[in-house]
Amino acid sequence: MEPIIKVQNLGKQYRIGSDGSAYSTLREALVSKFRSPLNGRSRSANKKIWALSDVSFEIGPGEIVGIIGRNGAGKSTLLKILSRVTEPTTGRVELHGRVGSLLEVGTGFHPELSGRENVFLNGAILGMSRAEILQKFDDIVAFAEVEKFIDTPVKRYSSGMYVRLAFAVAAYLEPEILLVDEVLSVGDASFQRKCLDRMKDVGRHGRTVIFVSHNMPAVTRLCERTILLDGGTILQDGPSHKVVGSYLKSGLGTMAAREWADGDRPGNEIVRLCAVRVRAEDGHVSDAIDIRLPVRIEIEFEVLQTGHLLIPNIHVTNDEGVLVFIAGDTDPVWRSTHRPAGRFISTALIPGNFLSEGTMIVAAAVSTMDPVTIHFFERDAVAFQVIDKFEGDSARGDFAGTFPGVVRPMLRWTTSSVSPNDQPEAKELVQ
Amino acid sequence: MTSETFSKTVPESKPGDPNGNRPLVASSKQTVVIIEANKSSFSGGLRELWAYRELLYFLIWRDVKVRYKQTLLGATWAILQPVLTMLIFNLLFGKLGGIKSDGVPYPLFAYAGLLVWTFFANAVTNSGNSLVGSAHLITKIYFPRMIVPAGAVAAGLVDLALAFVVQVGLLIYYGVHATWGLLMVFPLVILTTLLALGVGMWLSALNVKYRDIRYAIPFLIQLWMFASPIIYPISMLPQKWHWAVMLNPVTGIIQNFRIALFGNQPFVWKSLAISAVITAIVVTYAAYSFRRMERRFADIV
Repeated sequence: MEPIIKVQNLGKQYRIGSDGSAYSTLREALVSKFRSPLNGRSRSANKKIWALSDVSFEIGPGEIVGIIGRNGAGKSTLLKILSRVTEPTTGRVELHGRVGSLLEVGTGFHPELSGRENVFLNGAILGMSRAEILQKFDDIVAFAEVEKFIDTPVKRYSSGMYVRLAFAVAAYLEPEILLVDEVLSVGDASFQRKCLDRMKDVGRHGRTVIFVSHNMPAVTRLCERTILLDGGTILQDGPSHKVVGSYLKSGLGTMAAREWADGDRPGNEIVRLCAVRVRAEDGHVSDAIDIRLPVRIEIEFEVLQTGHLLIPNIHVTNDEGVLVFIAGDTDPVWRSTHRPAGRFISTALIPGNFLSEGTMIVAAAVSTMDPVTIHFFERDAVAFQVIDKFEGDSARGDFAGTFPGVVRPMLRWTTSSVSPNDQPEAKELVQ
Repeated sequence: MTSETFSKTVPESKPGDPNGNRPLVASSKQTVVIIEANKSSFSGGLRELWAYRELLYFLIWRDVKVRYKQTLLGATWAILQPVLTMLIFNLLFGKLGGIKSDGVPYPLFAYAGLLVWTFFANAVTNSGNSLVGSAHLITKIYFPRMIVPAGAVAAGLVDLALAFVVQVGLLIYYGVHATWGLLMVFPLVILTTLLALGVGMWLSALNVKYRDIRYAIPFLIQLWMFASPIIYPISMLPQKWHWAVMLNPVTGIIQNFRIALFGNQPFVWKSLAISAVITAIVVTYAAYSFRRMERRFADIV
């Protein structure tokens, strides 16, 4: 059968300015033109990177294809080119059919407008015609389970309702080709299931779906075929279970536990690393951690030589490469006791309501402080996802949008009234 | 429900078409999109704009709705802005400055100019900042980018219509008799809209690239207002400079707009023609350079 999507030698180059921003100011441009009038390029310190290079594949009608890879592998760039948000630098794409893209839930939602108005607005933004939205309106509202509040401004919605409505509009988008980015990571588990089922339906009816995700179980459940990207090129393209399997084994994916076999344990003649594990509150190894609950990071190591002060430590980095924190064992016993030979498991407890949402990458190390010696430092040892289930009791409160910040603590807030007339008895209101 | 939804995915079939259940592929009438580097034609752009007209309508509708929902004063704001400016101008220039306004009462004269100018200035400002303000849409969804500045300009037409009601009231109050010339208001408003679209579109694209444009826009608008016959009639200027003032496309519009309302003299076709030609040049250039710059919007906005 003729492919519905044909991608040939696709490449995308980004120019990154010296200060990291892509735009500049007119003043800067004029000044540099004035200083070196013969030089066309205004910024000499520009760095160029290929976010995607020489990517080719074909997708047949009705196929559901997963795209996986770690952050920066080029997944989002590929999706942006296919959805025509950005132009490729090289190559060519042929799309035979109407394309609907869902790179974000609730694009263009306006807080002041009612649920009803937002359904129409968002539908139009996603490419539905007025007639189409009118026809599907009741189904969309029913799917989102917000019938009673449909004429209320969405700024008064709980975050769960907001996300459900936004997703419902998208779920009823019915183009021949549907491009979906990591949007299923929001919403509660049962609603996620409902959306996955709906997407599966979409595929059964002959529509083609490209699904970008970090959620490996969802990828294997939903897609028969998966493409693994790394460094902007295709590393593997084949049946999902095979590609996902090798991705996880290669250590490119998020892995909640890693063990090293006897021969290749990182370390030196004093101490060697055996395993690193991420455990959820219930004690199970898990790569999906509820933002409200604590998570344990376990380092299992083997001391070969007695007589050293050994401090295990972890370095947690988020998916933007920002170091969130470093923490070493501060137990006074181990700070002053020479380790006997043998196996140890040191566990660090990261409290709930502390990390931000997203991927956390953990490096594990054991060091001696005086003199400073690093016995091993295993970068990207394990990784896990911090997930907010939008149940209203996380640090998000009722806010459903992008919530920046390296950490997301739940702080204690107090309020005291200071109006002049009741100052003497200023009350403290504790939540 | 799921089986009938098929009909809607094939662009040509109508909703509810009983024969809509045909296979999606193998349809010869299917839309084929080719994506290649540096390929975008001008005529293709126009066809696409037409295809996305519903989105344009929804964006205008959103802007209007949100503005009148949020603002406490609601529609009053659209009227207050030109009315208050007119009152201040009347005091400063009409009473104290003693500007002769071609035999028309100064408040009437000033309001007519301000009516058009307020629309034009707001349209240019809003559309100039529109692309940067819609970054969240531009980086997530494909649509012809021109819709964004165009929607911002068009949303201002509602304010213009409201402010026009006051103009009609003033005309009645000062006992001006309507003439057939009043019909010229419509083509003049269209010309103003096009000019605002041209300038706004160009500024909006530049604004994506150079972020200090947003600070330059208010200044540009202010200078432009003093260079246009809004406070003063063109007849106040020495004859030998009239040609220079007429090169400002706003001049022909405002001059003839007043004539359309007051019916006190024949239309000045020469200035109107100059305005129309310059507007055409501005719009064409703006559209061309917008199309050239829009490829990189999503990457840098």
